[in-house]
This record gives sequence, structure tokens and C-alpha cells, in this order.
Amino acid sequence: MLRYFLKRLLMLIPVLLGVSLFVFLVLHLLTPDPALVVLGQHATAEQAEALRESLGLNDPLYVQFGRFLWDLLHGDFGRSLMTHAPVLEEILARFPATVELALAAIIIATVVGVTVGVISAVKQYSIFDYLSMIGALLGVSMPIFWLGLMMIIVFSLTLHLLPVNGRIDIGMEPAHITGLYVVDSILTGNWESLKSALKHLVMPATALASYSTAIIARMTRSTMLEVIRQDYIRTARAKGLKEKVVIYKHALRNALIPVVTVIGLQLGVLMGGAVLTETVFSWPGIGSRMVDAILASDYPLVQGTVIFTATVFVVVNLIVDLLYAWLDPRIKYS
Amino acid sequence: MSETAKAAASEAVLDNIETYSPVREFWRRLRKNKLAMASLVFLVGLTLVAIFAPYIAPYDPIDGVMSDSLQKPSSEHWLGTDELGRDILSRIIFGARISLRVGLLAVAIALSVGTVLGSIAGYFGGRIDNIIMRFMDVMLSFPSLLLAIAFMAALGKGVENAVIAISIVTMPEYARIVRGSVLSVKENEYVQAARAIGNKDAAIIFKHIMPNVIAPIIVRGTLGISTAILETAALGFLGLGVQPPDAEWGTMLGAGRSYMFNAPHLVMFPGIAITLTVMAFNLLGDGLRDALDPRLKQ
Amino acid sequence: MSDVLLKVDNLKTHFFLDEGVVPAVDGVSFHLNRGETLAVVGESGSGKSITSLSIMRLIPSPPGRIVGGSIYFNGQDLLKLPEKEMRRIRGNKISMIFQEPMTSLNPVYRVGDQIAEALINHQGVNKKEAMEKAVEMLRLTGIPSPEKRAYEFPHQMSGGMRQRVMIAMALSCRPELLIADEPTTALDVTIQAQILELMQELQEKFGTAIIMITHDLAVVAEMADRAAVMYCGKVVEEATVEELFEKPLHPYTRGLLASIPRVEEEVDKLYMIEGTVPNLMHLPAGCAFAPRCPEAESRCHRARPELVEVSPGRKVSCWLVEGGAG
Repeated sequence: MLRYFLKRLLMLIPVLLGVSLFVFLVLHLLTPDPALVVLGQHATAEQAEALRESLGLNDPLYVQFGRFLWDLLHGDFGRSLMTHAPVLEEILARFPATVELALAAIIIATVVGVTVGVISAVKQYSIFDYLSMIGALLGVSMPIFWLGLMMIIVFSLTLHLLPVNGRIDIGMEPAHITGLYVVDSILTGNWESLKSALKHLVMPATALASYSTAIIARMTRSTMLEVIRQDYIRTARAKGLKEKVVIYKHALRNALIPVVTVIGLQLGVLMGGAVLTETVFSWPGIGSRMVDAILASDYPLVQGTVIFTATVFVVVNLIVDLLYAWLDPRIKYS
Repeated sequence: MSETAKAAASEAVLDNIETYSPVREFWRRLRKNKLAMASLVFLVGLTLVAIFAPYIAPYDPIDGVMSDSLQKPSSEHWLGTDELGRDILSRIIFGARISLRVGLLAVAIALSVGTVLGSIAGYFGGRIDNIIMRFMDVMLSFPSLLLAIAFMAALGKGVENAVIAISIVTMPEYARIVRGSVLSVKENEYVQAARAIGNKDAAIIFKHIMPNVIAPIIVRGTLGISTAILETAALGFLGLGVQPPDAEWGTMLGAGRSYMFNAPHLVMFPGIAITLTVMAFNLLGDGLRDALDPRLKQ
Repeated sequence: MSDVLLKVDNLKTHFFLDEGVVPAVDGVSFHLNRGETLAVVGESGSGKSITSLSIMRLIPSPPGRIVGGSIYFNGQDLLKLPEKEMRRIRGNKISMIFQEPMTSLNPVYRVGDQIAEALINHQGVNKKEAMEKAVEMLRLTGIPSPEKRAYEFPHQMSGGMRQRVMIAMALSCRPELLIADEPTTALDVTIQAQILELMQELQEKFGTAIIMITHDLAVVAEMADRAAVMYCGKVVEEATVEELFEKPLHPYTRGLLASIPRVEEEVDKLYMIEGTVPNLMHLPAGCAFAPRCPEAESRCHRARPELVEVSPGRKVSCWLVEGGAG
């Protein structure tokens, strides 16, 4: 197991190298001249040339990439053109908000998706099954940002139940421990903050989770349907086990194996979706920051955000793969 | 059974064999799927609406009457008007043009490039396979929408760039599917035989392998159109895709957002249009999959 | 206590499909004495597996349903028991092993745990005791170093080994009845013999009665005391194994016996029953075997023969046998 883990960890290196190269090439070859971005359209040729020289843009591409990589390894993602703050600082300041949103969404998607999927499969062709599959179809077809807007119209503007935007009421922020407001509120026993944080979190997290919930529910249902037809389920029944034990111990554990992979892939979808959800709910995470950066042509910040997010995604997928290996004893650690 | 009845029966069986064709069988199965058929009808209708938009739309999608701005749905403007007094129904009708065009175009590009790369990788294997697939792995290391956004950042806003960005980020998936299918077909006896009698590689790929991988590609492509439409709308919503004043569903949502406090219909109807269209492509894709490969049906 | 352990009477299990009703088991009757081995013989689709699943009340429903008859086990009608009590019998008093050892064990749990589960479920022993008993059962089935094997996963074992695990699991609670549904069909010939021998050995040891579902007449000759031959959801002949092999009465039984290749006789062509098993949804009006029967007369096509006792313990349903059709 340890060897497998180390091997997978080593395999991360070429992937991350590829990711950095890819982002570097895309943003360096396709973007307009950064000198013009910084100096504006009316800069003289001499000014632009001087800036290019000072930014090292006249060096050969591989030298630039080498420098870029070297800086990355030292945690230097460059400076934002908008705020002139280090990019990594900008990202890390907003990262907890995105993590909180994505974690809440993946928890909702997994719990609701797996539960609905299992019940639908066990009660195939029941009214519950039909309704939840219609719901799942809606879930995969609705743009999550539109769902977010509709939720705001219903729950905030009409029913006045939930706040429209932000992470927490101003002045309610709990003491900083993890940066996740819900977790920090619980850790510090600050129930007022917790209430406020949850009220702000529920809509964005639900909207963000909608697509993934639907995908997970569908996947769970179809693998469960397949698993309950297997011979070993008949064996379990022939042992005289209760139907609950048959379903939740013998069937679900097997059905979860492919579902875990899907959940891992959904994390990527959630990270993309977070950009949209954060924009809709003015959630102060890295997604909404990135959109601002793009609209302001702040390429270092865009570049840093993309590499950072891809790295997180790759690492999370590694964790999912390890979980998969733990769930399925047939996988050899080689 | 009398002798003549027996003869008639066996003739009927022969007739069936002679007229059996996979296309007809596929069509028979698809027709039984009511949801898929309804989706097909909806999509054909939507395509016609998009093509004849200038004749169907009651108002001009771009020029509005400022004094009519932000009207609620009425008999004059069925779906109301937006902040510039433009008829929302007309804008949704014209928006169908962009959504369908971007969706189809992005999938067509992604599918062609993905098919070529995937079949080269799968057929030749070895180092070429390794290079192509490692590259795909890198692309798949990014959350797809995030990568599309990054491309938009690099390429600049606009509908053409949206098509390029979406086709680039969805391409690896097609390449993977095609490569997998090619690998599984490649070792079949008839492909080996074709190679043994001296067929050229390209001829083998197109004549013998492609027909066998076409089914999963069609299914994936249909489902891919819905992904492409959703991503186009997302880019438009973020202000990176189709630029105003052009009517595109996602862009309409992005612009209408500021007015949703007093005019929620601005964000309601374009969203419904996206949802219905995406749902139709999803249902059609599912239906095609079931009809092409009944074994997969649940 | 009487000698009869199980009495199946006029059992009917039908499947309700979109295309129509399939009477997979249609009026099956037989009985089984304590400690005895009864072979249920027939081609695939004859309803023998559905009969065994009906006894366990494990018919997948929908689409299947037991629509009539009774199954008396120790004088108690299993079909009238509430599900909760039936669960107490399954795996405890009656257990079952299946055709596919490769897929009949849960891939994600260790085999020892899977055996122990039955013991914990029925005998109220704790985890540790159950595991010890599971190892003991594995030892009894002849698995080498059972204390190690118990902690392995199914995919680490061969097919024969897995069938031994299934037998260990089935017999762990000392059931009175073991239903073996084609237990050796999926195994290599040499392994087949070993498994059959093991079953006989354990049967003697525990006094278990066995219902052996099979299409293989060699297995019948090797294992069974009596045999019931099934065709199209009905029992067509019932006899002791000696009688059946010496003097088969039903033309179908004769056909089955004639299609066994024999070493001592050299024949040009192996005997084969003409035609195929008819579609259960459209059974002929008369005897179900009539369309394939070389001896069929016109009355065979007109009316169905009943299963009647022609001599003590000897039953057959055929118009052509003296007194053989009520």
C-alpha cells in the first residue's frame, strides 16, 4: 500500500509539469502582449520594449518557462497586475471560501445522490423512482448559475428566508482557525456565527451540488440495479440475512466502487461550477476572483489560479484513487 | 400445422431475414422510446425556429424601444421585455441560432480532432499512443469549465473563441473513447485478416474500424452537444462568451441578473430555454444509446 | 417425527412478463426423506432451478411469483410463513449452493467473514467464535491452511476452492436440507469429482438431506438415491436411481439416458432428442414432450397426461405407459 502510494505520488510530478507547461504555453502564446496590457494602447515602442526586456519576455521561450517553473517551485506565482500583491497570497486568502463551498456541495451531492440512487434502485419503477429520475434529468440539464438565480428569486427576494450573497453577516466572522467559517464556528462554539454561515452557505452549496447530485444518483441507481442482480446477493439472501443487511452491507459496498470514481470526477465539475456559483452569489472565493482577473486582463492571477486549481484537482483525484483501492480488494497495489 | 401453413411460416421467416437491417432495427427501437422521440421532434422544431428566426420572431432582437423597457409578459410581448425594451421571446428565438450553432460546431470540431487523435493512438500504439494520451491526461487534469475559461482569457472574448475553447476542452474525452474502441476492435480476426491481405493502415481504419466505433461516438457526441450548450451559456453568463448586443441565452442571463429584483422574467425564460434544449439533447442521447446497444439499457 | 423432511405439492411459480405469463414451474410435486439425496434432472429451462429457488422463497419478484401449491418442511408450510420466520430457516435449516462459484461470493469481503456472517446471524455467537467456527468449517471442506485462507478474498481463490467455501458456508449452521443447484457444472472434471465426494462425506457426517439439481446424469448416478425428471415446468418421472437407469418409463427419460456416450459401445452417431424445448408461453395442448417424442400418438397431442404412481414410489406421466396417465 505504501509503495503504491509513493508510486502514485511520483506520477504526480510529470502531470503537474505538463499542467504548468500547458498553462504557460497557452497564456504566453495566445495572450496579447503584456507590455501593452500594463502600459495601455498609447505606450511608445521604446517604453514597451523596455518593459518587455525588464519582464524577461525577450528571452527564448524555454528560458522563460524554466524561470517560471523555478519561481513556481519557490511558491512565487508572480504578482497580480490589479493589486500588485503576490498571486499566491491572493489565492490563499480566498481559497478557504472555495473549499468550504466545494466541500459542502460534495457532501450534499454524495449524501443525497447515493441515498436517492439506492432507494430508486431498490424500489425500481416506483413513484419515488420516477420522480427522482425526473429530478436527476432536470439536475443534469439546468445550468447551475440559472438554478442559483432562481433560488435567489424564490428564497431571498420573495420569501426573504436567506441572504442574497456573501459568506456571513458582516462582523460575525469566527476566529480564524481553518478559514472555513462553519468549521471555525463549531470549533470556537460560536453558534451565532454558525447560524449565519450556514444561512449563507445553503443556497450556493445546493445550487453547486445540483448537477453532481443528479449524476451521482443516476450512477448509484444503475450500479445498484446491476449489483442486486449478482449471484452473491442471492447468496447473501440465501444465508437468511435481513433485506437491509443484504442491501446496505452486501450490495451498497460493491455499488460504491464505481460511484467513488464518479464522485472524484465530480470534484472537477464542482471546481468549474464554483466559478459560476461564486459569481452568482458574490461568494468571495478564487472562482469569482478569477473571473474578475480575466475581465481585467490580470494574466498572472489567471495563470496562478488555473495552475493552483488544477494541482488541487490532481491531488484530490489521487486521494480518490487511493480510496478506490481501499474499497475494492481486487485492485492490486502495483 | 398443415403443410401449406408451414411453408407460409418459413417464408415469412425468410422475408424477415431479407428485410432485416441494423438501421431499421435501430430506428424501430428508437421509435419505441417516447421521450427520445419527443426530444427529437422538439429539436427539429427548434432548429427550424433557429433557421427561420427572422420570419418567426415578432420583434427585432437587437433594437428595442426604450420606453417599453422591463415590461412583464403581456399579450404584446409574450415573455416581456428586457432593460433596453427588447422583446425577450425574439431574443430567445435568435438565441437558439447561437446555442445550436455553437453546440453543433464545438462538438463537430472536438469529435473530428478527437477521433483522428484517438484512432491514431489506438491503432498505432507505442510511442505515438504514449505522447498523445499523456497530452490528453494533462488536459483532463483541469476541470473542464475552468480550462475553457482559461482559454477564453487567453484568446479573448467572443463567440468564435468560445467554440474553440469548448472544442479544445471536450476533445480529450472523444479521443479516449475512440482509442478504447479502436483498441478493442483492432485485435478482431477480420481486422487482422484485412491487414494480412495487405490493406493500407488508413484504409483499415476507415473501412474496418470506424464503422465499429461510430455508435459510441454518436451517443457521446449527442450528449456532448448538451455539455457544449451549457458551457457556452456559462461563458456568456460570465461575460466571456457572446458579447452584447447579440442575443445568446447565457449572455441574456448575465445581463438580466442586475434586474432580477424587479423583473425576474429576464432571468427566468432564457434559463428555461437552455434547460429544455439541454434536456432534449440528453434524452435523445440516452435514447440513441439504448437503441444502438440494447444491452446497456437499464 | 416422520421420515419425510420436505414435501412439495403442486407447486406453481409463474413469471409475469410484458410478453405474457411464463409458467416456469407448473404443478411440481415431490418429497424428500431425511438424510436422503434426491436428484432433480432436466434440461435448462425445465424449471429445476426455479423449483429450488421457490423452496428458498428467493424468486425474484417482480416478475416471478409463487401462485399455488405448498412446500411442507418438517410439517410446516413454508409458503405460509411470514418473511421474518422464513429468514430464520434460510441458511440455517435449509441452505443452498449455486452453480457459479466465481460469482456467488461477495468480492469485497473476506471469505471467513462471509461464512461467519451466517453463524452470527443464526446461532447468536460472537464475532470471534464465529470466525473460529468458520475456520473449522473450511478445514472440514479440505481447504489447506484454513486459518490463513479465511482471511483471503474470493478473487484470491480458484473456482473449486470457492465452491468449497460455499459448501462450508452452507453447512456451517448444520442445515437439515442442502439444495445444490448444479454445484459442479462450472468446474473442471477432476474438481467436479472432488466436490461431489466432499458433499457425500459431509452429508454422512451431518446427516443432511440433499436436493441435487443437475442436468448431468453421471452426477445423478454418483450421488442420488432417487431422481425426479423435469420437463417444461413439470415432473414427468420419479423413481429410485436404480429403477431409472435400468428401466426408464418416460420417453423423455429414455432419450436423456440414450444421449449419454458410453465407452463400451461403439456407435456411429450419438443419440439426440429431436427438436428443442418449446416456448413455455405457448405450450402445446397435449403432453409438452409430444412434439419431440418419437413415440407420440394422437392422444398425446390432445390431452396432458397426469403424474401417477405406477408402482410404489414410482411415478410417471405418459399416455403410453400402462396405467401411466390417470
